[in-house]
Amino acid sequence: MSEAKPIGGRIFTWPFMACLAVVLIAVYFLAQRFIYGLGAVTNMNDGYPWGIWIAYDVVIGTALACGGYAMALLVYVFNRGEYHPLVRPAMMASMFGYTLAGVSVFFDIGRYWQGYNIFLPGFANFRSVLLEVALCIGTYVLVLWIEFAPAILEKLKADRLKARLNRIIFVFIALGVLLPTMHQSSLGTMMLAAGYKLSPLWQTGFLPLLFLVSALMIGYAVVIFESTISCVAFRRPLETDLLGRLAGVIPWILVIYLIIRIEDVNLRGYLPLAFSGDLRSNMFLLENTFLGLALLILLYPANRIKPRLLFLSAVFIMCGAGLYRINTYLVGFDPGNGWQYFPSVQEITITFAIIAAEIMAYIWFVKKLPVLADLKHA
Amino acid sequence: MTIRRRDFLKGIVAGTILASTGKPVPAAAERDDRMPAAAVGILYDATLCIGCQACMVACKKANDMEYEHSGPDEIWDNPRDLSSKTLNVIKKFQHGDGLTKDSDPGYAFVKRHCMHCVDPSCVSACPVSAMTKSPVNGVVNYNKKACIGCRYCQIACPFNIPKFEWDSPFPTIVKCQLCSHLLAKGGISACCSACPTGASLFGPVQELMVEAKRRLGMKPGVYYDFPVSNIAGGAGTGSFQSHKAATYVPELYGEDEVGGTQVLMLSGVPFDKLGLPELPDRSYAALSDGIQYAIYKGMVYPIVVLAGLIYMARKQDEPKK
Repeated sequence: MSEAKPIGGRIFTWPFMACLAVVLIAVYFLAQRFIYGLGAVTNMNDGYPWGIWIAYDVVIGTALACGGYAMALLVYVFNRGEYHPLVRPAMMASMFGYTLAGVSVFFDIGRYWQGYNIFLPGFANFRSVLLEVALCIGTYVLVLWIEFAPAILEKLKADRLKARLNRIIFVFIALGVLLPTMHQSSLGTMMLAAGYKLSPLWQTGFLPLLFLVSALMIGYAVVIFESTISCVAFRRPLETDLLGRLAGVIPWILVIYLIIRIEDVNLRGYLPLAFSGDLRSNMFLLENTFLGLALLILLYPANRIKPRLLFLSAVFIMCGAGLYRINTYLVGFDPGNGWQYFPSVQEITITFAIIAAEIMAYIWFVKKLPVLADLKHA
Repeated sequence: MTIRRRDFLKGIVAGTILASTGKPVPAAAERDDRMPAAAVGILYDATLCIGCQACMVACKKANDMEYEHSGPDEIWDNPRDLSSKTLNVIKKFQHGDGLTKDSDPGYAFVKRHCMHCVDPSCVSACPVSAMTKSPVNGVVNYNKKACIGCRYCQIACPFNIPKFEWDSPFPTIVKCQLCSHLLAKGGISACCSACPTGASLFGPVQELMVEAKRRLGMKPGVYYDFPVSNIAGGAGTGSFQSHKAATYVPELYGEDEVGGTQVLMLSGVPFDKLGLPELPDRSYAALSDGIQYAIYKGMVYPIVVLAGLIYMARKQDEPKK
């Protein structure tokens, strides 16, 4: 396991400082939110009770944090040990993504001071899809930190503890595959309850399956994205060979997803709705065009070893699958009665701050902890 | 016993697809979603409503709610719609010349508040059981001690009823609870006590249903007796009023909508014109519940999958040591 090494270097580089600035502005807005209430800083309303803090921070945020899940599935379930070097950075990004999604929920819920009620059996409503999502995500955050603990223990030179943890870590690896499977599909199930308020372009019994598959898609795309970015940013050689092989998995998932997605709308007879030219129909087309373009690139094995195209396809997938989720939670959602929603500057800033915090944590961790593969010895 | 990796994976995929289609869900049948025998509710007859808003005033007083000013002068309580300060609102539909009552073109009133669904989506959605349906009278109540403010009830409600206190640092969800505090003392909902014409009629849902059917069978233009305030008290207080029967839309709104509601509505103009959505006969909650139930019943599937995953993770982990 010690192929990974800290890359070292200064922490307070300018990207780190820029991120810090965004976080500080957001802290000011958050103070307002907690003093004056959600209405003071957000544009959420009784028609659109969920804004980008749920649709982006949680629903897309956790999907972008599915790299760890996607890699664990590949390495441990499909037995592809050769991808092992990609697991640890992916796992770490997942750990940040999920942790911050969990934190952002506490900004969003109105009665945060009794948020722990969700973990008290006395209050639990086992019919609630949201309960399942909350418990699963809560547990998964814990599991991710335990899965990542060996890297921290390596740094602390706590060898005995690390050895002991490594003996039982397979249990947590297994949980790390099961839990995202459960809650990523449930994030889709959640919007079934919205009924007619969600446009038929998105409202379907296939929501759980589509959400699960889209989580996997984003997961692999994010591994390629992050690996490429960190290689460029930290001036390391690109892992194109490994990523190219990984990219071979994606077209299969994309094809399955697109067939279910389009055929489902078609069989229910709503495909003409996609060409009605309004915002919703265009967003539907855009979302699937992104994924179609990614498929077009990755279908040809020669493209998968070209870093630029590989990176571009990953971005397309993140955009397409991300849009699918934001469309399901916001764009396709219409409560009627003339309600409107567009996020406020403060809302957007806080969301950016969460992304910024993630980037800061990523920089700090890879520089101080053994996360990225030591390429000199590889 | 050896589980082959490939067979196991096939099983998972098949299971996920089966569970995701949402078609074969016997689970819903096991749910107790019938109306309690002593269920109470309101029959709102838009053709009897004169738009006086006495019910709104009574509601504010009974529930100790703040007045809401939507106009420039702060004299009257005049909410535009339901909000965290208004549990009950009378709205007006107007189209064309706006002269004839209960016709389109013409105008009509509509009263909006919680419908007290038989299978309420808010109750199903709430992760912490802050929304509950009384097993006795079927009223959908809210408990702020449980609520975490996630607002999933607002997403789930097909009638957009639960409202949130956006401007409070310590917000609650606000919705009509059919004056549960008055019911507990043997009273009836304030809006029905206040209604001068019997447009809002309180009573056991079964009796209200019979009364509504009677009205749908009336000959338009002929005078009939209509009970006022409380259908059960009709005999006791003897309060009936004689009105000319209107031309009803031949439908009782709330009889079948999302599995039935304890608030029922009659109208002279189509219900969608009054802002009441067309809804299927089963609650949306039943569908998502069903899928959830099929996958997680007794946690059997998750535990089986976990066992398989532990086996595989262990095998993959071993050769390295």
